[in-house]
Amino acid sequence: MFCEKAIELIRELQRMSDGQLPAFNEDGLRQILQEMESLYEQNQSDVNEAKSDGRAELIPSIKLRHCCLLRNQRCVAAYLYDRLLRIRALRWEYGSVLPANVRFHMCAEEWFSQYKKSLASFMRSLGADGLDITQDMKPPKSLYIEVRCLKDHGEFEIDDGTVILLKKNSQHFLPRWKCEQLIRQGVLEHVMS
Amino acid sequence: MSDPPSDDGSDAIHDDGQDVMTPAELIAKLEEAWLNEKFSPELLENRSEVVECVMEQLTHMEANLQRVKKGDAKASMHRMEIDRIRFVLSSYLRSRLQKIERFFPHILEREKSRGEGDPSLLSPEEFAFAKEYHANTETYLKAVALKRMPPNLQTVDMLKAVPEPCLDSFVFLRVKERQENILIEPETDDQREYVVDMEEGSQHLMRYRTIAPLVSSGAVQLI
Repeated sequence: MFCEKAIELIRELQRMSDGQLPAFNEDGLRQILQEMESLYEQNQSDVNEAKSDGRAELIPSIKLRHCCLLRNQRCVAAYLYDRLLRIRALRWEYGSVLPANVRFHMCAEEWFSQYKKSLASFMRSLGADGLDITQDMKPPKSLYIEVRCLKDHGEFEIDDGTVILLKKNSQHFLPRWKCEQLIRQGVLEHVMS
Repeated sequence: MSDPPSDDGSDAIHDDGQDVMTPAELIAKLEEAWLNEKFSPELLENRSEVVECVMEQLTHMEANLQRVKKGDAKASMHRMEIDRIRFVLSSYLRSRLQKIERFFPHILEREKSRGEGDPSLLSPEEFAFAKEYHANTETYLKAVALKRMPPNLQTVDMLKAVPEPCLDSFVFLRVKERQENILIEPETDDQREYVVDMEEGSQHLMRYRTIAPLVSSGAVQLI
């Protein structure tokens, strides 16, 4: 049955409805492209025959193959585009530098790098010094939060001049805005009691 | 919302082409733009003058905060204020960026066919971002798949491939300026179209399409 592989790719993504990025199905893509090539060649020869020998009965199969070609194109484009959207979400979740296990499945390094650049350009253009809109994802609830240190991070200075030593497993009551960056980097963990 | 700290008495903000605003008025404008953008299914007109002024205001507030005595109780409140405003501004810009990414072919098309005098939907920076996003995505699709396809299938019409915003979605709104004779389209075949008057201060749940022009004119506020 034509277009089966194309539907399989779509299903692959549909199965991961939480936005996770599965491995890039290079093999599946190649099979679809091969199917498209063979459908196209069959159509080329049938079109020539239909024209030169006036064989109008070939036209329905030509139309069918053309529809399959369009379907394959559409499914492939949808598969690739949906992956891009998931990759885009990674930039907003993890920041500019992706953890290795996430980067592994990407296969869209160039697109990601361009996207990062565009976003950075845009953010820099805001106001006089730019504004990082990937921060402040949640409305500020409390001024100070309880955090636990997940790894040694050394000395950390807060606004009023006091210096805190961020030692693994130590807990601190710190200003929220100072911690946001470190929480995202995995250095601190917000303790919710 | 309390007035942001402005120790040197510079309460006036000049918004190009409009009357002088107080900081409180500016933040109110930002919040209005933020809510409208958040709840509207389509991208609204850019409010870059508001964004600029708010950025300046934040810088101003940060500078004032530096001068306040450390450990003073007021400092925490002002800090919270700054964080709140920064959150609203970031959220507003994120909303817009997300819509730009989601509907990029339609937005770029609209920008292309815009008349000379018509206001732009996008700020110059957003426009650059949209174009880059478009080019980046097209390049990727071409390189990975399209160029390996048969010759007559090497392009994808983005305008057809990417869905348009659903202007028929329902939105909650509050009326700021009284409206008369708003035409409501029938929902089912046995209904007929009818008109409503919308009183100032009343709240409604309607299809976005019906009141879209009222959002841009400021006559209603999406909530």
